[in-house]
Amino acid sequence: MMTNYGNKLTQGQFSFLPDLTDEQITAQIKYALQQGWAVNVEFTDDPHPRNTYWEMWGLPMFDLKDPAGILYEINECRKAYPNHYIRVTAYDSTRGWETPRMSFIVNRPKEEPGFGLVRTETNDRHIVYTVRPYATEKPENERYG
Amino acid sequence: MPEQQTTVQNEAIDLDAELRESNVQEVLDQLDRELVGLAPVKTRIREIAALLLVDRLRRRLELTSETPTLHMCFTGNPGTGKTTVAMRMADILHRLGYVRQGHLVAVTRDDLVGQYIGHTAPKTKEVLKKAMGGVLFIDEAYYLYRPENERDYGQEAIEILLQVMENQRDDLVVILAGYKSKMERFFQSNPGMRSRIAHHIDFPDYTEDELLAIAKLMLAQMNYRFSPEAEEVFREYIRRRMRMPHFANARSVRNALDRARLRQANRLFAARGRKLTREDLITIEPEDILASRVFTEGAPDEGSEPEAAPAAS
Repeated sequence: MMTNYGNKLTQGQFSFLPDLTDEQITAQIKYALQQGWAVNVEFTDDPHPRNTYWEMWGLPMFDLKDPAGILYEINECRKAYPNHYIRVTAYDSTRGWETPRMSFIVNRPKEEPGFGLVRTETNDRHIVYTVRPYATEKPENERYG
Repeated sequence: MPEQQTTVQNEAIDLDAELRESNVQEVLDQLDRELVGLAPVKTRIREIAALLLVDRLRRRLELTSETPTLHMCFTGNPGTGKTTVAMRMADILHRLGYVRQGHLVAVTRDDLVGQYIGHTAPKTKEVLKKAMGGVLFIDEAYYLYRPENERDYGQEAIEILLQVMENQRDDLVVILAGYKSKMERFFQSNPGMRSRIAHHIDFPDYTEDELLAIAKLMLAQMNYRFSPEAEEVFREYIRRRMRMPHFANARSVRNALDRARLRQANRLFAARGRKLTREDLITIEPEDILASRVFTEGAPDEGSEPEAAPAAS
């Protein structure tokens, strides 16, 4: 794809940019903590855009004051799942928001095969489109190398 | 590059400006003002602050790059102000830029050590994460190590602690606190811990005069004051109380004052029908103190008071 060089998964913030360095991640988390949002680390190996709920890496870190603790957890998660997608979300519990305010990917598999488009012909030559990640042809935990 | 180097080297180094910029003097002055006595402690803290300030200048001139070891150990009897000083220390370190947030997380053995296998590591790490960017204050730190039980999980907590103290010196500063003799024994059995702590500060017991000054300071903060006779009586109270068991310095004084306030309120209440003045409301009279069991029975009112309430100042 011309618009997405290297088949990089583009979900959440910063996903069209080169991968964030640890320093940049720390700066982003620091911002989230300053706003009083609960930062959470999540991982998955199913990159489908409709896969909203990723596995949680521990509990959301409600009571941390400094990004160092969260970066530590990110690195622990990277050690455990080097070939999974890992993202950081920041949840805003303010009434009226009650939603993640930030979400960005901090780790991706070495090889990202991307998505295939499946066209299914139905009645009246109607076409139904389905997006499916090539990676999910394999069972969980065997998808990326 | 060489020219630039010389300009940096020849630039006059203004220690005063550095001091002003960091606002450390303010904390040191506050320490002097609000803490009675503790002269050796204040001197050590001023020394440490000076060291850090100079170190910061040296780092700016690229003479040092290593983060200095800042872990400390406060030893002293209960009620000598260890937690209060630790809180000020966190503030000083924050102003000098050695910790990022400057908050103090006070914990005891219970917060670090788990109850079953595999419980300790996550628990300790949780606490460490919370303290990152600030100061971790471990009260009664010698309880972490229990030599009589070889399967005690405390050892595991110590190992994790040591690892973080060594590898993440930028992220947090650990302050251990406890009785002097017990901490000595703790360090003897954990030599790794001793070598990672740069500053050992001993908190002396307060003298009678200092305790009276503390009492007056505490009362002033609560908008009370002693009548002249009551001050003499309280001095006698302190003298007697100091010889009794479970004497916890400033903490005992605070408890005594709390009880005196209670008796004062009772006395005012009993004398209803008489018009009260503002003076009556703020004055502690001798009888409020003389009713204490220290005088009547020669035993402290706080007989059941624990030796040292953890994490209380």
